[in-house]
Amino acid sequence: MTVAASIASGNVTWSWNLLADVRDMFTYPFMVNAFRAGTIVAIVGAVVGWYMVLRKQTFAGHTLSVAAFPGAAAATLIGISATVGYFTFCVAAALVIAIASRPSRGRGFSAESAIVGTVQAFVLASGYLFATLYNGLLSGLNNQLFGFTFGITDDQVITLGGVAVLVLAVLAIIGRRLFFASIDTDVADARGVGVRLLGVLFLLVLGAAAAEASQITGALLVFALLVMPAAVAQRVTARPVAGIVLAVLIGVAATWGGLTMAYYTSYPSGFCITTFAFAAFIAVHRVRASA
Amino acid sequence: MAPYMQHAALAGTAIAIAAGLIGYFLVLRSQVFTTDALGHVTYTGAMSGLAFAFNPLLGLFAATVAVAGGFAVLGRRARADDVVIGSTFAWVLGLGALFQRLYTEHHSSGNGRAGATYLFGSIFGISATQAVVSVFICGAVCVAMALIARPLLFASLDEAVALARGVPVRLLGAGFLIIVGVTCAQAAQAVGALLLLGLISAPAGAAHRLTTHPFVGLALAASIAVLSTWAGLLISYLVPRTPPSFAIIGVATFVYLLTFTRRPRAADARNQAAGAGHHADAPLLPDI
Repeated sequence: MTVAASIASGNVTWSWNLLADVRDMFTYPFMVNAFRAGTIVAIVGAVVGWYMVLRKQTFAGHTLSVAAFPGAAAATLIGISATVGYFTFCVAAALVIAIASRPSRGRGFSAESAIVGTVQAFVLASGYLFATLYNGLLSGLNNQLFGFTFGITDDQVITLGGVAVLVLAVLAIIGRRLFFASIDTDVADARGVGVRLLGVLFLLVLGAAAAEASQITGALLVFALLVMPAAVAQRVTARPVAGIVLAVLIGVAATWGGLTMAYYTSYPSGFCITTFAFAAFIAVHRVRASA
Repeated sequence: MAPYMQHAALAGTAIAIAAGLIGYFLVLRSQVFTTDALGHVTYTGAMSGLAFAFNPLLGLFAATVAVAGGFAVLGRRARADDVVIGSTFAWVLGLGALFQRLYTEHHSSGNGRAGATYLFGSIFGISATQAVVSVFICGAVCVAMALIARPLLFASLDEAVALARGVPVRLLGAGFLIIVGVTCAQAAQAVGALLLLGLISAPAGAAHRLTTHPFVGLALAASIAVLSTWAGLLISYLVPRTPPSFAIIGVATFVYLLTFTRRPRAADARNQAAGAGHHADAPLLPDI
């Protein structure tokens, strides 16, 4: 961790020999693990995020992302594995949102945004309470909130990989029907596609993906990996497969770029990754605006 | 009552009234996500003040109002779409992490709490001056809301008809966003950047479930917000380990949860259905 600390304070210098730079960077196991974990999270985040943006569920996505914080804080408080805490809280929040916000089907006024907002504030408030109870405020909440990319173990990478395979498998199975249900809910419903069940299932997948990603970027910055690559991809192409592939490429590129930048500067990795992703978003926005 | 408690009650009440009023409209306009974004901006604003050594409250206020103005300008009809809002605030929050790093690097002693204070609020740390300033700013928010309430309601319920009737829909939307920005900047001082969303959405959500009458709803939202704040302060005072912001949000969430036990009356259901349709005047009728 001392090496990580010295690197975090920007003691590494950039030579213009790129190959040697990359080789140097990967001599540190924590850098290798950061890249492995970051890549897994970027891929899952981009695929799930693409559906999230398509279904206009960014607010719900953000709420599920922050549910990881009380999960981590509760796990520390009662002394269980943080991973268990993350998944319990994210999946529980997904269920609450799914149950409380019944689809309005175009009739009647839907207060879904009030429900999602309340769930979000309440889970964050609970996280704050748990952190207060175990006296975590003095040592700082930075790891839980803003991530600790450079402290990932081999075991964590394996867990991440396992969850990623599971999430992608579920999406592969429901993908086509979910797309249909998202594009034209009424027709899909009439054709006998289980629209409501698909919606609940997708929220659970979103919760699992958010729980996974938050271990790398921290609860507050997960949302960046969910929304930004997908937002860029959907502005470039309306085709589903091309869009998902593009989102994955952008997510992975932003993560690699951000991690490299964090390695060479003293800036936090969360800031670096979001900056690369946001730059892509602005670039597409400009091009679209001028076209 | 200890002075810090008086300041907390004074500022808390003023902030709760303003939050309840704007919350009612935010829920009506399905714009709660904007508040989520502005809440995060308050954090980055405060951190920029700390990192570059100027008053963090000034940074907080300026950043929030500026981004609210940005959303008003960028968005079509003064409503930015969710993806633009989401991408912007995810990056702004990353920027906040950077400012926090810069700040802690230059001030090495005992700043683990600095971030947590702005993220989760410190209502018991409000000074007498800050409390009075809060009352004046929130008073101004309430006056502004009273002035634009009627046309804003019209514009929110049926934009097309309001536009045809000559209501300046775009200007109203933009003005409303600025008011939301000011309120968020105030609320951040009471319950913190991350929790102000609850003070705005829970009382308003509850009010929308209890009545479809707009002015009753507005009064109800403000009342629930104020009662939650008082109850939260009291709980936190009596149970010392409970942070006040958790208690306030906890009570507000509980009240919202209670409203789910109540079945909507038939008249409400009919009015609600009409409200989402194209009869702008239907929900304005009292539901007796």
